[in-house]
Amino acid sequence: MRPQVTSTEAHCIGTPRAFSSSIDRRLNTLVRHLVAPSLLLDSQIRNDIMSASPTSGFHADSVFAHIDRAPEDPILGVTVAYNKDPSPIKLNLGVGAYRTEEGKPLVLNVVRQAEQQLVNDRSRVKEYLPIVGLADFNKLSAKLILGADSPAVQENRVTTVQCLSGTGSLRVGGEFLARHYHQLTIYIPLPTWGNHPKVFTLAGLSVKTYRYYDPATRGLNFQGLLEDLGSAPSGAIVLLHACAHNPTGVDPTIQQWEQIRQLMRSKSLLPFFDSAYQGFASGSLDADAQPVRMFVADGGECLVAQSYAKNMGLYGERVGALSIVCKTADVASRVESQLKLVIRPMYSNPPIHGASIVATILKDRDMYNEWTIELKEMADRIISMRQKLFDALRARGTPGDWSHIIKQIGMFTFTGLNSEQVAFMTREYHIYMTSDGRISMAGLSSKTVPHLADAIHAAVTRVV
Amino acid sequence: MASTMLSVASASPFASLSPLENVKGKLKLGSASLSFNKAKGNPFINAKSFCRISMVAAVNASRFESVTMAPPDPILGVSEAFRADTHESKLNLGVGAYRTEELQPYVLDVVKKAENLMVERGENKEYLPIEGLAAFNKVTAELLFGADNPVIKQQRVATVQGLSGTGSLRLAAALIERYFPGAKVLISSPTWGNHKNIFNDSRVPWSEYRYYDPKTVGLDFEGMIADIKAAPEGSFVLLHGCAHNPTGIDPTPEQWEKIANVIQAKSHIPFFDVAYQGFASGSLDTDAASVRLFTARGMELLVAQSYSKNLGLYAERIGAINVVCSSADAAARVKSQLKRLARPMYSNPPIHGARIVANVVGDPALFNEWKAEMEMMAGRIKNVRQKLYDSLSAKDKSGKDWSFILKQIGMFSFTGLNIDQSANMTSKWHVYMTKDGRISLAGLSLAKCDYLADAIVDSFHNVS
Repeated sequence: MRPQVTSTEAHCIGTPRAFSSSIDRRLNTLVRHLVAPSLLLDSQIRNDIMSASPTSGFHADSVFAHIDRAPEDPILGVTVAYNKDPSPIKLNLGVGAYRTEEGKPLVLNVVRQAEQQLVNDRSRVKEYLPIVGLADFNKLSAKLILGADSPAVQENRVTTVQCLSGTGSLRVGGEFLARHYHQLTIYIPLPTWGNHPKVFTLAGLSVKTYRYYDPATRGLNFQGLLEDLGSAPSGAIVLLHACAHNPTGVDPTIQQWEQIRQLMRSKSLLPFFDSAYQGFASGSLDADAQPVRMFVADGGECLVAQSYAKNMGLYGERVGALSIVCKTADVASRVESQLKLVIRPMYSNPPIHGASIVATILKDRDMYNEWTIELKEMADRIISMRQKLFDALRARGTPGDWSHIIKQIGMFTFTGLNSEQVAFMTREYHIYMTSDGRISMAGLSSKTVPHLADAIHAAVTRVV
Repeated sequence: MASTMLSVASASPFASLSPLENVKGKLKLGSASLSFNKAKGNPFINAKSFCRISMVAAVNASRFESVTMAPPDPILGVSEAFRADTHESKLNLGVGAYRTEELQPYVLDVVKKAENLMVERGENKEYLPIEGLAAFNKVTAELLFGADNPVIKQQRVATVQGLSGTGSLRLAAALIERYFPGAKVLISSPTWGNHKNIFNDSRVPWSEYRYYDPKTVGLDFEGMIADIKAAPEGSFVLLHGCAHNPTGIDPTPEQWEKIANVIQAKSHIPFFDVAYQGFASGSLDTDAASVRLFTARGMELLVAQSYSKNLGLYAERIGAINVVCSSADAAARVKSQLKRLARPMYSNPPIHGARIVANVVGDPALFNEWKAEMEMMAGRIKNVRQKLYDSLSAKDKSGKDWSFILKQIGMFSFTGLNIDQSANMTSKWHVYMTKDGRISLAGLSLAKCDYLADAIVDSFHNVS
């Protein structure tokens, strides 16, 4: 038997060496979780803690006895709580999934069409995709975000790999950077999507924040952003929401984007775009891609994580792509080979169904056009909900300036409500939303806006 | 201005934008070629500063310059090489994907039926919960353990949908890394090539136990037992539930009992990889016997399942990680932590394959049809084994005993060919296989057995 390098030892400084018994290991895990690190330096204390006495209350019947119950994911947990509520007036403004005016999930017509086509095609098989995914899908996705005329694409300087929606693209990109990039710090905006810090931490990067949201204006803290990025170490990675910032809905203007670009390029900061709402924010695929394209147009490098969850309504199919724009085609090709080494031990190769739907739509002129129309309808409905909510709060004379509701963009509104107010709204009005005050406008309808306006009004006037 | 932007936006990615007057100006700087949009009336892009910054960006080297070209995946790379070969006699015995006698990929009838049903029903594409489709999790655990199994009735199994076998193994590895720090996974020598990658990337230390005996082309049972016994208490022992990959050599039921004995004696934790349930012998229950034997002893264990082969759902990436615990409470806690590991990896799993499995396995009529198709697939492989054995025995005059081909089970045969002999198979005979001497019988037809036998006899006797 050849013992292998215990990579755990190499990577986990302070982790004890391999244990002689599973009981020792379990005790040690408990000790590390429960005891302050400084106490562990005292070997006397360590010995006391680590001996399993009959009265210690430690039950050794399950090897999993030491595993605690994890709390529900804060975002997805909102829907779990919503589902449990029997109230007929309950409203789910938690997770960012589009709902129709009737409050129902929507599968785009063009998606149904594409799926029917796929199922009818007797020549289709279910063989493993390549590790990097469906080739057509990758090419079309790169063109969608970067523009059909993008020189980076034409010069083969972009490697695009199919991944599991936005999350998977971010994780694979993060893992790649943790292995191959020289600066292992990523700056994420404050606030950002709750899953971002976990994705990058587990990928092996160290996570720092840059100022972004200004609660006073409910807008962008642009000075703070420039200062924080300006003081970041040269070469650091910077996560940028391409459009429709989640959770705030606050986006930089084009002029501000240009300043951000110049600052980042002058400090060699590496942009990592999260593009989850292309076309969904303004209704225009090209307008929503402008920030990404500005960075690519200057010839520099960047990463882009794309998701089709919202803009094609393919949430559960887990379709997305990671593009890495490189200086040269040769670098792109080497980078791609290394991305495969990240993917293979994670899930071998990506799922075919969602990517096939996307490719079918993007490569057919008529289906593509139909898609842009359905996409604009979704975006327009959300914009109209913003207007209706704003009007309803004004009509009620709800104290405060609510204009941020119509200034912010995309699926989410950062209401500015605090967690006590949110808890109140859930308790008294059966409104389900994340405790940071974020509401999903996609979950609203003309019928339910009044109920929400009442709830906000009550929360603001009765709870501080 | 807005309308100009929108008219640019409505062009699909595949359409060339060059006819539009809006796009102008290609600027060459050294080796980098840059172009930028001077869309009519777009005041936001200052051409001069753009150029200056662009020059700075173009001069800098790539941040990924030092990234080296990774070698192709040893298993998946074989198919790539096969595709590139134009020789008429080429034979792909690399990756374990089932082929018909005509050497075509096979989509099961029950799968087509299920997909048609799904399209007719017009189900939505909402996010699955992090743990996956509930209906899928239920049927998959029942399929594996038997619906009447006490572990199921007592709710002692934590089942989480994973990205086929690989993804399920990866979740388990992540759980081990976090909650059993320092614990080793013992893997067979040899084993599926990706196992090591999964544990390496998860930072879980591993070591090998003896398994394959080249002298007998059979199981080195004494070595296996000795190595498992010698491992530190509380190690995880990775076992192939049936149809060992790559050797095709499985322990007998009596040997499984002895393996269970030594694992229990050392408080090790069994970790099954079940990628071929139903595919090995043709019977779902027979192929699950090893897992059920261990479970019946009251042991806690992990099982990674895949539906790639037995339902032909390779590209849909559908599988599950099951953790059998000593109590329902432990199972609930373990499940919650598996979710916590999945969320920063891909958020939630893909629906399509899960629905197919739930529809087939959960419907009595389709389930029976499936069993028949599976028997057919397993039967074809057994026939091919017989024919190959007959051909080898007829052509090889040396008196070598080729009966191991009949004794091995499942998709693969470990021929005993070494690296150079395997290379000869490819270079001289255009037979594509993995370097470890493994051939996939699923890729072999009766018609090609003679040709393959010639190749094997030649490589074995004329190359060292």
